Amino acid sequence: MASAAEIAKAYEAQDVRRRWLLSLPALLIIFFAAIGPLAIVLVYSFLEPGNYGDVIWKFSTDAWVSVVLERDIFDDTLSFADAHLSIFWRSLKLSLLTTLLTLLIGFPTAYFIATRREGTREIWLFLVTIPFWTNLLIRTFAIQEVIRSEGLLNSLLIWTGVIDQPLRILFTDTAVLIGMAYVYLPLMVLPLFASMEKIDFRLVEAGYDLYASRFQVLRRIIVPLVKPGIIAGSILVFIPSLGAYVTPRVLGGGRNLMVGNLIELQFGQGRNWPLGASLSMTLLAIVLIALMVYIRYAGSGERRHG
Amino acid sequence: MPDQPGSTAIDIVRVSKVFGAGADQVAALDAVSVAIRENEFFTLLGPSGCGKTTLLRLIAGFDFPTEGHILLHGADIGTLPPNKRPVNTVFQNYALFPHMTVAENIGFGLEMLNKPKAEITARVSQMLKLVRMEALAGRRTSQISGGQQQRVALARALAPQPKVLLLDEPLSALDYKLRKEMQIELKRLQNETGITFIFVTHDQEEALTMSDRIAVMSAGRILQIGSPRDIYDHPAERFVADFIGETNFLAGAVESLDGSRARVRLKSGAVLEAAVPEGFAPNGEATIVVRPEHARLAEGEGAALAGTVETIVYFGTDTHVHVRLDDGGAFTVRRQNSRGGEDVPAEGARVAIAIPGAAAQVLRD
Amino acid sequence: MARTFDVRRQTGFTTIAAICFALLYLPIMTLVVYAFNAGTSIAIWEGFSLRWFEAAWNNNQVIEASWRSVRIASVAAVLATIAATMAALATTRTKPYRGLAGKYAFINMPLMVPEIVVAVALLIFFSRIKIATGYTGLGYLIAAHTAFCIPFAYLPIRARLESMDQSLETAAADLYANGWRTFRRITLPLLWPGILAGLMLAFVISLDDVVITEFVKSGGQDTLPTYMLGQLRRVVTPEMNAISTVFLLLSIGIVTLFFFMSRRK
Repeated sequence: MASAAEIAKAYEAQDVRRRWLLSLPALLIIFFAAIGPLAIVLVYSFLEPGNYGDVIWKFSTDAWVSVVLERDIFDDTLSFADAHLSIFWRSLKLSLLTTLLTLLIGFPTAYFIATRREGTREIWLFLVTIPFWTNLLIRTFAIQEVIRSEGLLNSLLIWTGVIDQPLRILFTDTAVLIGMAYVYLPLMVLPLFASMEKIDFRLVEAGYDLYASRFQVLRRIIVPLVKPGIIAGSILVFIPSLGAYVTPRVLGGGRNLMVGNLIELQFGQGRNWPLGASLSMTLLAIVLIALMVYIRYAGSGERRHG
Repeated sequence: MPDQPGSTAIDIVRVSKVFGAGADQVAALDAVSVAIRENEFFTLLGPSGCGKTTLLRLIAGFDFPTEGHILLHGADIGTLPPNKRPVNTVFQNYALFPHMTVAENIGFGLEMLNKPKAEITARVSQMLKLVRMEALAGRRTSQISGGQQQRVALARALAPQPKVLLLDEPLSALDYKLRKEMQIELKRLQNETGITFIFVTHDQEEALTMSDRIAVMSAGRILQIGSPRDIYDHPAERFVADFIGETNFLAGAVESLDGSRARVRLKSGAVLEAAVPEGFAPNGEATIVVRPEHARLAEGEGAALAGTVETIVYFGTDTHVHVRLDDGGAFTVRRQNSRGGEDVPAEGARVAIAIPGAAAQVLRD
Repeated sequence: MARTFDVRRQTGFTTIAAICFALLYLPIMTLVVYAFNAGTSIAIWEGFSLRWFEAAWNNNQVIEASWRSVRIASVAAVLATIAATMAALATTRTKPYRGLAGKYAFINMPLMVPEIVVAVALLIFFSRIKIATGYTGLGYLIAAHTAFCIPFAYLPIRARLESMDQSLETAAADLYANGWRTFRRITLPLLWPGILAGLMLAFVISLDDVVITEFVKSGGQDTLPTYMLGQLRRVVTPEMNAISTVFLLLSIGIVTLFFFMSRRK
């Protein structure tokens, strides 16, 4: 007869088998309809472009070279591809600015919500959540209406006499920045709130008891306590900003491209699928690096507290 | 055939349980053997981490032993899953199903045993009556008090008429007064149902008041099994003496051994008569324990011990006199208080301590 | 009442929060208001009218795209929720086993990879399959939506499972319930609010998607968001506001439902 320990082991093995079976549908769907095809993109980035889109099955590193470099059509010399680099640079710059802007607005807002009484707190939180769950395109469209020349913002500024000619904001980098900050703001507030909710306000009382001013309490006690939330919120805003497609397309008006639009262009008018593929892989790599930095940061933070 | 009273219900045979693997291995139980009798109220007593809950979970079937056998009326149940064992548990947090009513909770086990509807209904109302919860049968379990939840948990575990009822610190979540009430209630239920109860607790007072027999556990082993009186008056090991009640420890040497009694010479030179535990092998040195309430403050010299009163602590029902012995050791004497206002020695006074013959016990270790 | 020192107060924070909420809602409100504009401008108010709602209602393309959106979202949300529920059961409340951490990371991966990259990958992959099989139906969109909805559905279900008292299932087993009956009678009823929340989130997420849909759809497979994206390139009339308003109401309705359901524990 099998011993109790052997039977226990058999039960455990059966449990693990069952767990694999249970998770199989989710894993398969995600593999075939989301993550697996990324491997094909990687393969395509090493092929030559076809004349009418698609690819010719011939190995080539041209696409990768042209992510950063540009071959002169007359003398074949290589130089930095200003067009691509400036778009990468703009994406990076706009994403960082978006992160900063949402942090500046989101931090006090999350703090405000976290310090409400229980009950009303949930309602404030719900008000932040609603825009998050409503269509991104519609929210971008709403911002477009506000900042267009004859829109609410300009009418308001002219009516108050601040300006007398409408500002041309739409189809500029500023428009894209405003739009992205608007649509991604909830992504900053929610994780910030989650870590602020856990603040033990006796620590703040202790800070005041030890002669700290309001600002010192904020800087020396509250900010360090909610650091994980700040990092999580920043990552949650930075990553989709970097890959943004809809917002720059609607608010940037075709000229102020970001990486997402540049990629799309290669699969549309540009008809350079390998270049689009290598640009996609570059974007993915940047995002993964950002994530890895985040995980290391968050991980070391936890170790310090634990 | 019904079992004879006194026959064995649960037989634990050299059961070991090891958690983890490799360097992280922890032995929660180390070759534990104990026979629990039919119809008895048996308590596993010990500090947290001593293995008592692990043993209970092995009997219930939530874990399997690494080694050894668990017999129920002679049949090995150690490898059966919990739903195949005629044993039910009252959980520490009660684990009542929040989406069911009180009556549905109580009937759940019978339903899973595919009993006919009529039988379930009859049995549930019988159980509700047993735990005096008839009025709340239709309530959700979240709408009743902690004490009531406790009763429902009991009724639910008793409803399928298990061979053995396992209780995992079921009173620990209740406040003091309710706990006292439930102790009496549990004892009554055990008498009325005649089911074997295995009760796990870390509360020595609870164990002493309710149990027929107690097993004191520490570090994965059972140190002593006996009636509450046995365990309290004749602790066999230092841990048992220390864990249950308050105790004075005295060092001495065994001078002579006569069956279950020994003559022991204390450091002070006084010679005491003391009881010895089973399997005691004298090797010269010995530790003697004396309960504070068994010693008396005596007048003058000639008593077993002498010293100076250090502190006096008033407890309402009694007074503790802490004495610094002449040989440097500490000794506490407990005196029952009475309205008469007996004269208590002042702090700093010289006192002698008398130890009656029946009060001293030699430890095995 | 005497004013006491409020340790929670930080100067200016309430003002910024007020501005933040105003910023969040003003654009949406403006958009809704102009949906009722009698004129053809989305900036100059010319009186109240329902004409643009009527126009949208009579616009075949809008109705078709909406219907398609709802169909895709319903199927994808149900499939994603089933897969996510099973995956959540498989990845919670267990001793770590080989592959558990990897599984967890993989399920959440669609949340981390930029949507445009997944969109491009699916465009290439599905165009190959389209050529190979000749099938050009809604299946591709449904598959893609199901995949990116799974992590969203997984979130609340997993959270619910982890907060569930495991001793309840132990108690059921102790009371003679086998594995399946424990699941049916204890686990599933207690998990139900989490599953519903997951279903609603998945539905809203699928309904909102633009980028992946834009790249995966075949000709004539516009959903409401991709239809709107196409329209935004042209001169926009308040009809867009009207469509957006209806869409907003639907999303907000679902999220509000979700809010009240999760409040009721």
